[in-house]
Amino acid sequence: MSKMQILLKGIVKENPTFVLVLGMCPSLGVTTSAINGLGMGLATTFVLLMSNILISMLKNFIPDKVRIPAFIVVIATFVSIVDLLIQGFVPALAESLGLFIPLIVVNCIVLGRAEAFASKNGVVDSALDGIGMGLGFTCALTLIGLCREMLGTGSAFGYKFIAPAADGILVFVLAPGAFLVLGLLMALIRYLQKANK
Amino acid sequence: MEYILMVISCVFVNNIILSQFLGICPFLGVSNKISTSLGRGVAVIFVMTLATLVTSLINTYVLVPLNLLFLQTIAFILVIAALVQMLEIILKKVSPSLYQALGIFLPLITTNCAVLGIAIAVTQKPEFSILDSTLYATSMAIGFTVAIVIFAGLREQLDFVKVPKAMRGVPIALITAGILSLAFMGFANLVK
Repeated sequence: MSKMQILLKGIVKENPTFVLVLGMCPSLGVTTSAINGLGMGLATTFVLLMSNILISMLKNFIPDKVRIPAFIVVIATFVSIVDLLIQGFVPALAESLGLFIPLIVVNCIVLGRAEAFASKNGVVDSALDGIGMGLGFTCALTLIGLCREMLGTGSAFGYKFIAPAADGILVFVLAPGAFLVLGLLMALIRYLQKANK
Repeated sequence: MEYILMVISCVFVNNIILSQFLGICPFLGVSNKISTSLGRGVAVIFVMTLATLVTSLINTYVLVPLNLLFLQTIAFILVIAALVQMLEIILKKVSPSLYQALGIFLPLITTNCAVLGIAIAVTQKPEFSILDSTLYATSMAIGFTVAIVIFAGLREQLDFVKVPKAMRGVPIALITAGILSLAFMGFANLVK
């Protein structure tokens, strides 16, 4: 597999949210606006990139039997770093993402990539895989966030495009909207993939 | 009275799956049979209560006095993983019949974000005592069980319905969950 393929497969062909159906909790929980989705996606990308790099470097030193706990400790370290960085530099984002930042630890994408890719491949490939998967996740979260924000409040990335006094369809920024939007987007993407073949 | 209200609020109003979005993976995963979902739910109640009790004890008596709160995420995930492993070993020895019923679900629970999520959430509520936190976790876990059992019933029916090709599997499950979540919104003003 060429380097480019490794990078790109996470974005379209093996998109973690829409195709692999991993990391559903943040995809539903934080996507009330496009900005929140983007922030969460980038935080996860950082964790994925760093943990993939470190795990691929350590793969020959970690005994096979304790590899999962070892991976979790590596991941949890980077999650704590991200958590503190976000709290320090973008407190508003920390406020709206809340609990979901520490929960990156148990996001199946991160551990999944560590186990399936980083523990078997070299440092450069693992880094590319981390970036690709992270960007795929970021795109998916931003897309869901954008749809929900546009339907729910009539704005995109914070800019309102309907009459200032008008309201959106409120239910789309509430809990049920998350399930409906993700379900419909996933169906649409499957349909388009079938049509392309 | 206060505690009864808290249980109702956690189970119906702030349902962990349908309004907090924690534990979606097991929810969408293999919940096709009511009996399996019930077993899974009971295992989650068991683990979540114990895990929250242990983590809030650790938080109050170790992390806060020593000023080590930045280690919270790492400490909690390790404690939960160790606890689940220990529970599995003890259960196997002490009560083989219970182990047969719940054992297969236990390893999966470590990666269930609901357990870590609630353990962290209670530490962010300063007014909660350790007893409050444990009860809160139990009621949240009951809410989890209620949601997955209802959802399993819906999916059993869904198997017989003709669904467009692109919608089969996860998309239709998500939309069903959306409608279920809409129904749970009806409880919104039940507890003030």
